Amino acid sequence: MRAMVYRGPYRIRVEDKRRPVIEHPNDAIVKVTRAAICGSDLHLYHGMMPDTRVGMTFGHEFIGVVDEVGPSVRTLQPGDRVMVPFNIFCGTCYFCARGLYANCHNVNPNATAVGGIYGYSHTCGGYDGGQAEYVRVPFADVGPELIPDWMDDEDAVLLTDAVATGYFGAQLGDIVEGDVVVVFGAGPVGLSAAASAWLMGAGRVIVIDHLDYRLAKARSFAHAETYNFTEHADIVVLMKKLTDHLGADVAIDAVGAEADGNLLQHITSAKLKLQGGSPIALNWAIDSVRKGGTVSVMGAYGPMFSAVKFGDAMNKGLTLRMNQCPVKRQWPRLFEHVRNGYLKPRELVTHRIPLEHIAEGYHLFSAKLDGCIKPLIVPSAA
Amino acid sequence: MTYTQQRPPMAESSDELRARIPGWGADLNPRHRPAVPMERLDPHPYGAVWDFPERQPEKWPRERSNEHAFLTPVFGTSCPPHGAAGAIRKLAYRRYSEGRAAHWLLLMAADRIDAKASTLRTFASRRPANPITETGIIAELKYHGLRSRRGQQRADLVHQPLDLLIVGGPWIAAAFGAYRLVRRIRPARARR
Ligand SMILES: NC(=O)c1ccc[n+]([C@@H]2O[C@H](COP(=O)([O-])OP(=O)(O)OC[C@H]3O[C@@H](n4cnc5c(N)ncnc54)[C@H](O)[C@@H]3O)[C@@H](O)[C@H]2O)c1
Ligand SMILES: [Zn+2]
Ligand SMILES: [Zn+2]
Repeated sequence: MRAMVYRGPYRIRVEDKRRPVIEHPNDAIVKVTRAAICGSDLHLYHGMMPDTRVGMTFGHEFIGVVDEVGPSVRTLQPGDRVMVPFNIFCGTCYFCARGLYANCHNVNPNATAVGGIYGYSHTCGGYDGGQAEYVRVPFADVGPELIPDWMDDEDAVLLTDAVATGYFGAQLGDIVEGDVVVVFGAGPVGLSAAASAWLMGAGRVIVIDHLDYRLAKARSFAHAETYNFTEHADIVVLMKKLTDHLGADVAIDAVGAEADGNLLQHITSAKLKLQGGSPIALNWAIDSVRKGGTVSVMGAYGPMFSAVKFGDAMNKGLTLRMNQCPVKRQWPRLFEHVRNGYLKPRELVTHRIPLEHIAEGYHLFSAKLDGCIKPLIVPSAA
Repeated sequence: MTYTQQRPPMAESSDELRARIPGWGADLNPRHRPAVPMERLDPHPYGAVWDFPERQPEKWPRERSNEHAFLTPVFGTSCPPHGAAGAIRKLAYRRYSEGRAAHWLLLMAADRIDAKASTLRTFASRRPANPITETGIIAELKYHGLRSRRGQQRADLVHQPLDLLIVGGPWIAAAFGAYRLVRRIRPARARR
């Protein structure tokens, strides 16, 4: 089969690879019909995630058709159209039984600090991902869900990560009626978080980024008020001025490890890899939120230490909430929101790229060219 | 005003927001949000019927965090460790927990060695590494590289040239080294 393969930082190519096989009785093999590139994939692509091996296939956002099932699979059959959450999870360990599907203890031998994720380095379990024609899906009776008849394929693929994560980010903010919510980052995750904050009753939603085209999307897609941080000397002071010097009630970090806005932080992390991530947006969130407020972290950081302003967070009595999104737990409610037209995932898609040209897709998304917000990958045979 | 008891007034009332934004307040009541109450015990969600899953066969010694009691019943089988990078990875897993910087630093070092060694290996294969196609740099032409940056206040423009250096640097150095080598060998031959 054809599959995207990592070759080293900033380098990938498409290769002929052995088609995945059933390795566990509850596995399924899924023929991918649509995949996506996520902001998280950029951290791998830039060589920031430890134990990213040459030869791995990335891709944790995908939908497809069941091609083959293992002997113990009861809920799926070949031919079923499925959407697959980016988390690999067993369903019954201590954490899964409590709904913490992103923190499963039975699927990642390489680390206990993170669960299993498709195509996301060995630190997340060493599974090949869905930017390929076929993918192995463990625990087929637990993770995948049939795509409802009424749902558009592009809505479905965005629900496997980006949109579910954005909603989860707003949810962890514990928003109450009238809250001022500031979202750092206007990528697919931040845009979804901003749109979701309204559903939870926010009184004002502010989005910060440095890419004007994405801020324009934040206004149209998420009805948000927007600011380009390069146009303001100090984003923290701006946030105070905008809120009568109270600060925002809730701040959401939807940027993560490669944040811009402070060259020293960016270079020591994204380029020199001396930090787990550049916590610029996280630090802005900590300083922008009011005392006693909540910071919700959706941005991903590497497992190494990062220079976070923890003292401010402590002195301000903040609540810090964060996790990888437990995607499947979010779905029932999100399906309703999509069906009602409250959330419109497919409006985030800007590019559809054939698998054979995926290297260009990564560069386009990484360098933020051509108004790119969300690139989808179309496998050759789909 | 923040310096007194009152909360600063809202710019728009809830009714105005409800009228302007489709779905405003649909999840105002926390009960409508997923996972409320938190961590409700559901021992067999979806189609899970096991208490502990069956074990996937271990076909080669699978490296694992020393914070785990045993190899997890299910695991990924992409890219078994091999060569020098593989040896360093195995050492990082065997010796250091996730709590130790040495664990992650060794894994990062192995990643760099893996990338360099496998690039060299491709030159002995039918498909040598190609920095042009593999970096997707063609996207600069296809997707308006110049227009996407010109006249924009983008914070990433200052360091994007560094990527060119990080990625292109080793290739340029290698090309220069090869050129010097060829020059040194050629005159020697000519003299003979
Ligand atoms: N927690 C989870 O489950 C989960 C799931 C998906 C993605 N993520 C993470 O969420 C983050 C965002 O993902 P995405 O797909 O939207 O990525 P993206 O790269 O498309 O978006 C990031 C955005 O942040 C902007 N940005 C950079 N520095 C900034 C700063 N200092 N302040 C404000 N904005 C800044 C960038 O211009 C960009 O628009 C990534 O770190 C990703 O790894 C987490
Ligand atoms: Zn993701
Ligand atoms: Zn589990």
